Formats: sequence, structure tokens, C-alpha cells
Amino acid sequence: MAYQLLRFALSSRHPEPRMFRQPGRLRDTYDAVIIGAGGHGLASAYYLARDHGMRNIAVLERGYLGGGNTGRNTTIIRSNYLTPEGVAFYDESVRLWQDLAADFDLNLFYSNRGHFTLAHTDSAVRTMRWRAEVNKHLGVNSELVGPEDVKSACPQIDLSCGGHAPILGALYHAPGAIARHDAVAWGYGRGADQRGVEIHQQTEVTGIDVEGGKVKGVNTSRGYISTPKVLCAVAGFTPRVTHMVGLRTPIFIHPLQAMVTEPMKPWLDTILVSGSLHIYVSQSARGELVMGASLDPYELHSTRSTLDFVEGLAAHMLDMFPFLSHARINRQWAGMADMTPDFAPIMGKTPVEGFYLDAGWGTWGFKATPVCGKTMSYTVANDRNHPLIEGFGLARFENYQLTGEKGAASVGH
Amino acid sequence: MKLLNCPVNGSRPVSEFAYGGEVRAMPPADCTDPQWADYVFHRSGIPGVKVEWWYHIASGTWFYAERDVSLDRILRTWLPGESPEGEIR
Repeated sequence: MAYQLLRFALSSRHPEPRMFRQPGRLRDTYDAVIIGAGGHGLASAYYLARDHGMRNIAVLERGYLGGGNTGRNTTIIRSNYLTPEGVAFYDESVRLWQDLAADFDLNLFYSNRGHFTLAHTDSAVRTMRWRAEVNKHLGVNSELVGPEDVKSACPQIDLSCGGHAPILGALYHAPGAIARHDAVAWGYGRGADQRGVEIHQQTEVTGIDVEGGKVKGVNTSRGYISTPKVLCAVAGFTPRVTHMVGLRTPIFIHPLQAMVTEPMKPWLDTILVSGSLHIYVSQSARGELVMGASLDPYELHSTRSTLDFVEGLAAHMLDMFPFLSHARINRQWAGMADMTPDFAPIMGKTPVEGFYLDAGWGTWGFKATPVCGKTMSYTVANDRNHPLIEGFGLARFENYQLTGEKGAASVGH
Repeated sequence: MKLLNCPVNGSRPVSEFAYGGEVRAMPPADCTDPQWADYVFHRSGIPGVKVEWWYHIASGTWFYAERDVSLDRILRTWLPGESPEGEIR
């Protein structure tokens, strides 16, 4: 480690290979422009180049690669959703995750942990049973288990949760996993870059040129680009981009906060989620407990952190794990979540020809990174929605055909 | 601790309040289905200064707050019917 650092310090050239090029000027024209160099945008670029032969693509990023919600989530991967559309979609994603590291030749620290969603009330047990049956019907490995199974998987837990929220059962989802989120963005970025895609960081989109209901080009902070296709994959910035093309959407922005403890010896093997206590927690490869809770309660376009959040989440953690009272909080942060009324994403074609949305990813987007890349690249290349995303179109709202994932997407809603 | 000025009870911690969303005009009862869907689902998601409904839970008071939703800065609060510009529709 010290020797490595010394090499960096003494070398006039960067001694390690770069993950991707830093292209110079923007070209005048691209076959497609992807707004947002997060996991979803880069995955779409990767599969467009690899599977659909489209290589003249620019990925534009106003900040730095993977610096938005890709680097701010709590990295949980699972497919135990509630609707058939959701289960089929996320299950395909979990399948894609399995060989991603080999695809990239990059260690993603993909770690299969098993995932417990704890039920503290009769109605929560009922929802877990419902989810388990939907999952099993669709071939996804989920099972309703009792408190003793939770205890044997995690002996440190206080099953009574401080006496006021006793655990009555849990939805156990064996494929539940975590992965290193930065590496996912880097892997997709490098793979796209090697196939000719240009990744332009520090390049902000300031306007989208639409003529006669068709996309013609994109105005950026570094000049104008002409392109017939624009994919918007910008999470919490989605309303600003849809505003540029005059599209109304149900998306609203709330911050979602998270925090980690100091690193400790490995003790928590599983991923634990509690809707009643508003917690999800896992232990990362470097020993930190990675913890998240529910959304901030009102609209805010900012990534500020609050003490209220740390106090609330820490109190609930101590209900489950009283022995953590001496653990210290290392970091906290926030991301801007693009929420939808039915807790399902908004994907695919839009009324503006050539403008594609990969949005409404709220608090549930990281696990879907590979399948979003697969389905959005298909949609952009063929100008036709991929069959797996047909339940997620923007038109479902004006048709009153919602895809209700509220019971499975998140905690505390 | 963030404070919010309730027009009835004065400055109180924000945890005593519930957020009621942006104030929006309801379309007439004889509107079309797409107009109604637009009202039910669609929102102005872009940042800016917005007038919102807020509710002081302890006293049951609904009121208006003008807030910058990028900076989380509350510019003013007032009770329905007390706005100098008249009622917001």
C-alpha cells in the first residue's frame, strides 16, 4: 500500500491504466445522446454498443461519472417485488448480475447474502405472504419464515425490537445480494468506452432541440450536438430534463438519506429490512454497516444531510441491535430520488419522437441497472418498447393503469 | 433543528408539521378524463419557489407556505384567506 502510494507520488505519468478515455471536443453529430453517466446511462451505452452495433454515442454528464444516485444508494439487489411486471423485470436483472463481473473482467464485490424483510404486524405478515406467493408463482425464490429463522440467520438480533415491535415473521429472499456500486459504473463505463462510446464528464445539457414533435439535437455547456435520439437517465434531475421537451410527468423529488458506521469485524451476514422500523441494513465488504431509511418527508432538490435522520435511524437500529450503542457513525449523505405515485419506474418511448425516458427510479434503481441497460438499449435501437418494460410506460397514468409496487419497493411509505 | 413559522402557533420544529404538496387549481367537474388524470398524477417537479400546503399536526392548522424547494428556505407562511394577493386557487 505504502509502496503503491509512493509510486503515484514519484511518477510524472499516471502509473495505473485509466478506466476510460477523456475525449476532447464534442463531435457535431451522434447517432444517440445519453444524458447521465450513472449506472443506468452507462449500461444503456454499453449494450447499445455491444448488442445493437450503435457506437457513435455520447454520454453526457454534468458532474462526474457515477457521482449521482449510482454512488449514493445502499447497493441492495433483489427481485422479491409484488406485481408480475415488477417481479419479471427485477428477476431478469438479478440473473444479469450473476455474470456481470466476468463480462467486465472487474471485481464487483457481488456478495450473495440472503434478504429478510421483517414483519412486525399481522398486516405486514399478510403482505409478506402475498409477496412470497407472487414470487414463487413467477419462479423467484422467496419464502415466508418465522422469527426463529431470523434468529438463526442473525443471532445478534433482539426479536422483540426493544419490546415494542416484536418480529412475527419475515419474507426470506435467498438471492438477495449487495455489490460495489462504483465498480458497476466503472465496469459499464470502461466496456462502453472500449467499444467507441464517448463519455463526456463536466458537460451539462442546457436544452433539447425539438422540432415538429421530433428530437433534433441537444444544447450543452460545451456547444450544440445534432442527434435524432436522446435517452434521459438522470434520476433526481429528470423533471428538469422533461421540462426542456415540454413533457408533463408525475415525478416529484424527495431526498433519500443514508449513513455508515465505522468498520467492524464481519458479523452481519444477511441483509435486513424492516418497513415498520424504517430500516435497511447490510455489512459492506470493508465492514461498515450501510444503513438507509425512508424518504425525507417533503420535496427538496438538494443533497443536504440532517441530524434528525441520524437520530431517527440510530434509534431504530438500537431497537434491533442494542449492542451497537457504542458504534460510531462514519459518514452520512443523501441522493435526490425521483419518485412516482405507484413506486414503479417510468421507462420507454414518450410522446416526443426520439426522446426516451429511464426515470422514476426513486429509491429502487441500483438493482435494476443491468436490466435497464438491456431494455433501454433495445428500446432506443429499435424505437420500440422492450416487452419487459411495457408495464412501466408514461402513458399508464393518463390511462389509469398503475403498476402498484408501493408494498415492495421501499420502507416506511 | 429546522423551524417553520406556523401562522397560529409561531415558530415550531418542522417535525411537528406535515407536508401537503404544492397548491394547485382543481379542474372543473365537467373536465375531460386526460385533464383529470393530469390533475391527479402530474406535478411540476422542477425546482423553484413554490406555494405549498403545510399542516401543523398538534393544532390541526392547515396553512400556506411559500418555499424555495432548492434551498429549503421558507419565505413566508399565512392562513387561507389572509393572503394580501387574495386566495390562491
